[in-house]
Amino acid sequence: MKVLAIDTSNYPLGVALLDGDQVIGEYITNVKKNHSVRVMPAIDTLMKDCGVKPAELDKIVVAKGPGSYTGVRIGVTIAKTLAWTLNKPLVGVSSLEVYAASAGRYFNGVISPLFDARRGQIYTGLYQYREGQLVSLIKDQLLLSKDWAAMLSEQQENVLFIGNDLPLHKDIFTERIKERAVFASPAEHNPRPAELALLGRDREGEDVHSFVPNYIRIAEAEANWIKANKEKKL
Amino acid sequence: MKKDQWIMGIETSCDETAVAIIKNGREIAANIVASQIESHKRFGGVVPEIASRHHVEQITIVLEEALYKAGITYSDLSAIAVTEGPGLVGALLIGVNAAKAVAFAHGIPLVGVHHIAGHIYANRLVEEMDFPLLSLVVSGGHTELVYMKEHGHFEVIGETRDDAAGEAYDKVARTLNLPYPGGPHIDRLAHEGNPTIQLPRAWLEEGSYDFSFSGLKSAVINTVHNAEQRGETIVPEDLAASFQDSVIDVLLTKTERAVKEYQVKQLLLAGGVAANKGLRASLEKKFGNKADIKLIIPPLSLCTDNAAMIAAAGSVLFEKGQFAGLDLNANPGLDITIHNDK
Ligand SMILES: [Zn+2]
Repeated sequence: MKVLAIDTSNYPLGVALLDGDQVIGEYITNVKKNHSVRVMPAIDTLMKDCGVKPAELDKIVVAKGPGSYTGVRIGVTIAKTLAWTLNKPLVGVSSLEVYAASAGRYFNGVISPLFDARRGQIYTGLYQYREGQLVSLIKDQLLLSKDWAAMLSEQQENVLFIGNDLPLHKDIFTERIKERAVFASPAEHNPRPAELALLGRDREGEDVHSFVPNYIRIAEAEANWIKANKEKKL
Repeated sequence: MKKDQWIMGIETSCDETAVAIIKNGREIAANIVASQIESHKRFGGVVPEIASRHHVEQITIVLEEALYKAGITYSDLSAIAVTEGPGLVGALLIGVNAAKAVAFAHGIPLVGVHHIAGHIYANRLVEEMDFPLLSLVVSGGHTELVYMKEHGHFEVIGETRDDAAGEAYDKVARTLNLPYPGGPHIDRLAHEGNPTIQLPRAWLEEGSYDFSFSGLKSAVINTVHNAEQRGETIVPEDLAASFQDSVIDVLLTKTERAVKEYQVKQLLLAGGVAANKGLRASLEKKFGNKADIKLIIPPLSLCTDNAAMIAAAGSVLFEKGQFAGLDLNANPGLDITIHNDK
């Protein structure tokens, strides 16, 4: 079974190829460059190097967000179009879950993958490995890192924080969670596309046409419109 | 026997998700358009983030419908043509990446198309082009006179220096409290009124083919404002008629001068504002019965954004061997002259 995994949800760009239990190829960069220009050539190069033709793929897995709206859309558009045009199953995996899987497999405690969402906010969720399976304890969300730190300070387990944006929020976590806060190494801050492929490999395919990113937030214009219309009704 | 050429076109530059398939450059086999206009109406204009989200929701559905309608398979396709710009960057990205994914999956050549080149080539789906020709492009984002000496070669001889004609229509419509999109409403009102209100015409410097509509737009807003202050009522029909008269007068006068100077054989109308009845009628009256020039006006469905026009332009670029790589990007500020042979 050959699986292609694509992650463009944040600055890291990741592509991986899985053949059964073997990771046969992986490509990761973490630069502020245009995903739209680079992701298809990366897929093309990786597949050629691994000797896999598009028609030989058995499944497409994509990081479906949260993340940069534009970034997530690029990966999702490519993944859903590939899945549709090749008539292969498509699986979406939380972008945060991929971070958790990339560093937390042998960690004794809970895992908080995160990335910055400006103005003191982060996208995060709470995960844990239980009997080898990654489980979601608190769903992916957007909130102030200080509120997240307060929430985590009330539980007893060690917390592993992962993500390239960690330096922006590290002090807040150290202050609230003290010695129970553990920080991943920079080598673990990029989400591994191979982990994305593994997470999606055994999951059931989703409906390709209706597949959309998980933005977490509705569009700003939409939120304003709803608010304005509620006020009108009052 | 020569093999038929089949081109798939993909267009997502603004608020229509469109896929089309055309045969031998001129025959439409499928032309599917999923419009988002109902979704954007409540905001009084296109919201880029919402447009991008809708494109992701629609893209594979529209692709599937087009292929099904055309009754062909991937192995029949000669190339995939996609709008690479100009337009809303987030919206363009969906079409570009979907096009790249299909091209990669089946090993089909990829062609990047300029949106306005597409609008101009909508005419070739109606009648074969005869060069040299002049195209009057009028849309929400563009007002241009484009000269073509041959296929795939574009020379912009005049363009707007501020608002596009379509933008001026939308702003005037808002001043008159007409719903979005305002163009068709102004057009309709103009037919019911008389051009009795004095409004300016921006001719710019002698010999220029450029346009400017911001002064006209401001004059309309001032007229309404002053009338309100004096407690007078303005007849919206007459204001619409006067505004439309000014726009058409400038467009036609400059076009007529360019037609003479460049000695063109055809005059093409292109862009969304080409759906304007007043403009169509005036063009017909001025150029419709001339022996030395042929006027072509595409049907309404080919004037507004669609992918058949992108495939039609893509067809000639494909013939010229102008292919794009998998690194093709969305380019919101793309220049139409990139298609010209280097
Ligand atoms: Zn257009």
